[in-house]
Amino acid sequence: MSALAADDVGLVRALERFGIRLLWHPSLSEESGAEALAILTAAAEGRVRVDALCVEGAILTGPNGTGRFQLLSGTGTPVSRWVERIARHAHNVVAVGSCAAFGGIPMAGGNPTDATGLQAGGLQHDGGLLPTEFRSRSGLPVINIAGCAPHPGWLVETLADLALGGFDAARLDSLGRPRAFADHLAHHGCSRNEFYEFKASAAKPSDRGCLMENLGCKATQAPGDCNIRRWNGYGSCTDGGFACINCTTPGFQDSGAPFLETAKIAGIPVGLPVDMPKAWFVALAALSKSATPQRVRTNAHADHVVVPPARKPPKAP
Amino acid sequence: MTATTRLIVGPFNRVEGDLEVTLDIADGVVREARVTAPLYRGFEQILAGRAPDDALVIAPRICGICSVSQSMAAARALAQIAGVEPPPNGTLAADLVLACENAADHLTHFVLFFMPDFARAAYASRPWHKIAVERFAAMEGTSQRTLLPARARFLHLMGLLAGKWPHSLALQPGGTTKSVDPGERVRLLSILADFRAALEQVVFADRLETIAALDSAAALQAWTHAAPAEHGDLRLFLHIAEDLRLDRLGRGPGAFLSHGSFGLWPSGVVMDGETRSHDPAEMTEDLTHAWMDGPTQPDADKNGAYSWCKAPRLNGRVVEVGALARQMVAADPLARDLVAISGGAVKDRVVMRLVELARLVIAMEGWVKQLRPGEPFCLEAPLPLRGSGNGLVEAARGALGHWMVVESGLIQSYQIVAPTTWNFSPRDADGIPGPLEQALVGTPILPGETTPVAVQHVVRSFDPCMVCTVH
Repeated sequence: MSALAADDVGLVRALERFGIRLLWHPSLSEESGAEALAILTAAAEGRVRVDALCVEGAILTGPNGTGRFQLLSGTGTPVSRWVERIARHAHNVVAVGSCAAFGGIPMAGGNPTDATGLQAGGLQHDGGLLPTEFRSRSGLPVINIAGCAPHPGWLVETLADLALGGFDAARLDSLGRPRAFADHLAHHGCSRNEFYEFKASAAKPSDRGCLMENLGCKATQAPGDCNIRRWNGYGSCTDGGFACINCTTPGFQDSGAPFLETAKIAGIPVGLPVDMPKAWFVALAALSKSATPQRVRTNAHADHVVVPPARKPPKAP
Repeated sequence: MTATTRLIVGPFNRVEGDLEVTLDIADGVVREARVTAPLYRGFEQILAGRAPDDALVIAPRICGICSVSQSMAAARALAQIAGVEPPPNGTLAADLVLACENAADHLTHFVLFFMPDFARAAYASRPWHKIAVERFAAMEGTSQRTLLPARARFLHLMGLLAGKWPHSLALQPGGTTKSVDPGERVRLLSILADFRAALEQVVFADRLETIAALDSAAALQAWTHAAPAEHGDLRLFLHIAEDLRLDRLGRGPGAFLSHGSFGLWPSGVVMDGETRSHDPAEMTEDLTHAWMDGPTQPDADKNGAYSWCKAPRLNGRVVEVGALARQMVAADPLARDLVAISGGAVKDRVVMRLVELARLVIAMEGWVKQLRPGEPFCLEAPLPLRGSGNGLVEAARGALGHWMVVESGLIQSYQIVAPTTWNFSPRDADGIPGPLEQALVGTPILPGETTPVAVQHVVRSFDPCMVCTVH
């Protein structure tokens, strides 16, 4: 549903620019029931060219491996079987969203439906419905457009890039995510940047301060260009005033602590930027805290700018 | 007597999620219908044992189209447990976010899910078919091509107030996390003005105020014929509805439930011609024909079961939820008049959805102007270690309820009753069919139809969300 608003023109038009036609889409196509089944059957039997099989949602394999938690309507057959059959013939297989990619929210807690991702079933890249060694006809593994929900641009741009040709394994990171967005961190371009620099932290929801120290923000670890490209025209999670929950990462659903609180040991957040020595981070944080301007400290605990930036008085003529 | 034949229709597309319908047909009409939700998701099990605030993250992820409705229900349940009430700005901003989702959903339903069926070749002989194809042919119609971008720009309101859509954490028990400055208030009004223009030009070919003020079937009839069929998509639909007698198709149970919304439309029940208040304690979930062993325990081998959907009943009765139900409970004169004539049919559901769309946008313009930059949007809402609360909300497609029990600081139990759980429920212990199952009886099936088009009109008129149904 997030993709319907792609590029502000909608998914169909955004893809059409690259000669991409939707063979069948559950929300957009006219074909329903028997007509839809005819298309899916043709795809499963390799009688129609499928350049990309896009799967949304985790694959539910329960109960007891039967797949009966998720039957394809009108067929009495588990969705997992259909995915396997079509994947065999598809040029590319694309997991749309963290559920399809890594299992996502349905895997949380005890994983009551035995959910799995298409090719990655949990914290490790260790095979989901399709085995680790699976390669689609293009030679690529499952392309994981992670995110809960993924940015519509990630989907459109990945499919368009595939259509343009030359999309190879180097375009993907070690978890099969397109590097076009996964090489960034959600932290990049965060409008709370100044608060982060000074470790002027929000203490409660709606505070303008940095969300990392107290309110659970994982943007410094989360793959994504959320704050560079923005969502729905103007927004992002951190701009909206709430924590990044690292939704592009496998296992984000069970990070071991409540989502909206920062897990800490001895007062130091556990989830620091991964590629920065912890001691340095702590030292710099202490230093910057001591240098925090009063303006930044005050505004960090307000929902609007209370103290505006100081201005140099105009020079006397 | 003619032999009964059985037809299984699925995968049912242009509904959110997975749906299968089994029809027993005789003499060219549906005699009995069974509605199957073929997916089980286990969200209630996933929520149990977690930190209460985690519901704000997990519950909206039940659905990509009712996401904010689920957030709002979770936030309200938590607010009740914490005993807080958001400040006026917080209530206004949350209402704006929910109304934005409701309005976008109403438009999506009409343009993408419902109308494309009239562009089908089966209707090639009808006088309106050519315009229907031009405007609504799936993925190509001109109305779709104009209104989808308008919808996308309308959702910029979500970018501003909720960070993104779907799956925002901006809606908190104590209010909203994003304050609005004077410049942003102007941007919000610009977004609404842009959306208003698209609706007034394409959907209504009239002022929103004119549509919102329609107050009787006669007034609607007069408006329909005040201009040729091609003047506005609503008018086109009304001409089609007249031609195909959509006021006689898909009559529901005639009893309605609404949780009430935005202070515009009250909570209540309309049953046996009477309007009364809604008492959530009268609600029960019947599991007789659901593959469920207990409130949250699945049993795929259960005898006599045919759906993962439970059967909620109110005082043992089947009720319909949605825009028509909301307006019935609110004693809206147009809704009451339409239902008095038809009993609550396909046409009525679609009309009230679009009338509500007009009313929502007008209301949103007022709410933005009431926002007070500089005043608080959110209060702190510390939770006690134990407590229970419910969050009752109206999603676009009807009444949504969350029930949460907190014990020792963790969620002990979480129950969700979604709108389509009401509308697409299976039979109950007394064998009484659910609202859609009732509405499908009598639907005509044309010779040779494998995916009967009239059945599709009836099913889609409820604007089902199956993923919420089987949370």
